[in-house]
Amino acid sequence: MIGFENVRKEYPGGTLAVEDFSLEIASHEALVLVGTSGSGKTTLMRMINRMVDPTSGRVHIDGDDVASLDPVQLRRSVGYVMQASGLLPHRTVLDNIATVPVLRGTSKNEARRRAHELMETVGLDAALARRYPGQLSGGQQQRVGVARGLAADPNILLMDEPFGAVDPIVRRELQQELMHLQRDLKKTIVFVTHDIDEAFLVGDRVVLLKPGGVIAQIGTPQEILSDPADDFVASFVGADRGIRALHVERVDGRDVVVDADGRAAGVLESRAAAGRGPAGDGPTGESTRGGQPISDQPASDTPTGGQPRGATSP
Amino acid sequence: MSWVLENLDVIAGYTGSHLLQAIPPILVAFVLSLPLAKLANSRGWLRTGVTTTAGLMYAIPSLPLFVLLPGLLGTGVRSPLNISIALSLYGLALMVPAASDAFRSVSRDVLGSATAQGYAPSARFLQVELPLAGPVLLAGVRVVAVSTISLVTVGGVLGVPSLGMLFVDGFRRGILAEIGAGVVLTAVLALLTDALLVLLGRALMPWSRTSTRPRTRARPRTQAQTQPQTGPQTQAGSPSPAQSNAGRQS
Repeated sequence: MIGFENVRKEYPGGTLAVEDFSLEIASHEALVLVGTSGSGKTTLMRMINRMVDPTSGRVHIDGDDVASLDPVQLRRSVGYVMQASGLLPHRTVLDNIATVPVLRGTSKNEARRRAHELMETVGLDAALARRYPGQLSGGQQQRVGVARGLAADPNILLMDEPFGAVDPIVRRELQQELMHLQRDLKKTIVFVTHDIDEAFLVGDRVVLLKPGGVIAQIGTPQEILSDPADDFVASFVGADRGIRALHVERVDGRDVVVDADGRAAGVLESRAAAGRGPAGDGPTGESTRGGQPISDQPASDTPTGGQPRGATSP
Repeated sequence: MSWVLENLDVIAGYTGSHLLQAIPPILVAFVLSLPLAKLANSRGWLRTGVTTTAGLMYAIPSLPLFVLLPGLLGTGVRSPLNISIALSLYGLALMVPAASDAFRSVSRDVLGSATAQGYAPSARFLQVELPLAGPVLLAGVRVVAVSTISLVTVGGVLGVPSLGMLFVDGFRRGILAEIGAGVVLTAVLALLTDALLVLLGRALMPWSRTSTRPRTRARPRTQAQTQPQTGPQTQAGSPSPAQSNAGRQS
């Protein structure tokens, strides 16, 4: 469990990144911090592995105040995934993945053997093992980043806009795979993004932040969608633009889900038929999240209680 | 040409002492430039100051420096140590700004990510920052190496054994082949060293040709100083005002 207690961060020069933030993150949950730039989301995440120290307040992991832990040892025990630029350009894919185990004293051979396994886990071709990051595509680099974050088998995985630099189709693929991985691994994930669709897709719980680290709303995606706390939240999730306000129209004997602008978002099916959708295995049985938004038409979550599926999905 | 064949042992001796005077300053300049550049980069004003000072230092004419240094250091005018110290200063003047650029060329994101993975500060410097600064550092070392190998010849005027002695002696005795041998061998030595450094770079930094390209610093120096000219009347070992008036060679 990760806890923030009245955390405040003021930078020299007077910039107030986080005013007064408290939150408890349960073990094994995927928590997403979402907000615009200046909302302090990255600052908050970096307090967990002491990349940033709070000006006041406490951050603790399983009851231990992180301020009392050695920062270098702490960082080796917490997985960290960032945008592709974070890979070491002078190390091969294999050695990048093996970074943290080697720092922790695992023998190079053992670390590389494990790195090979991880490449398979994240869907990387073994032939890429000897390549350098500069020789990979954006999507491949992100997979290496995820594998590196998982290499030391940490309980906590911090993800700082990990899929921000890749195109929407690859991003969708990576998000889906992360969710598959999380189903098996059950890490405590703290995920930072400015993309609300990504937040709703990945997060068990989502924290919507206003500038200064002020919490606008905390909740499951369906809670936030069905009951936005204020206009800020409604505007952020798109409820005010009608892309979340879906209704059902009958077309050729099928129930088609349509948004307020009349654009089709998906097809409504009975629960039995839709059973294997990503949301079907979600933590809450009545979950309506986990639809597959189509890239040019990001609406899919619906408060109607139906089970939307991307219109183009098989 | 016959002069060259008859004096191969002399030429070999000069080549050896030339290298002995050139290699230590190159190494000293490289090693000392790293902490100086890190220090300079830690403060904006310091970096400007260091870069300017380095530029001015390289502008000091070499011959007067060779003559002045013994007075300051207590070494003999003809001591190779004297030459090596002077050349180390010139090497630093070139290498500190290059190293400063090199460290600035390393991505902040990569360094931040290395810290987040759990690199301790010293390990991060040695295993991440230094290798990633490598391509730009190498570009700097190549300039320093070529410059140093050329500058060693100036010591010949003072009578310090080096390939420069071949020009001095050749002028005095009017042996064109000897002058030619001095010029050609100095150039060959510089080119060989440069090629060796390039190969070393490829071996040590196989990744560098796949992604980042090093920015090469322009050479700030002209041939005038690296190929010093002395009039035929000049006596080796006894610098006179005539030397500063001497015409340029090549």
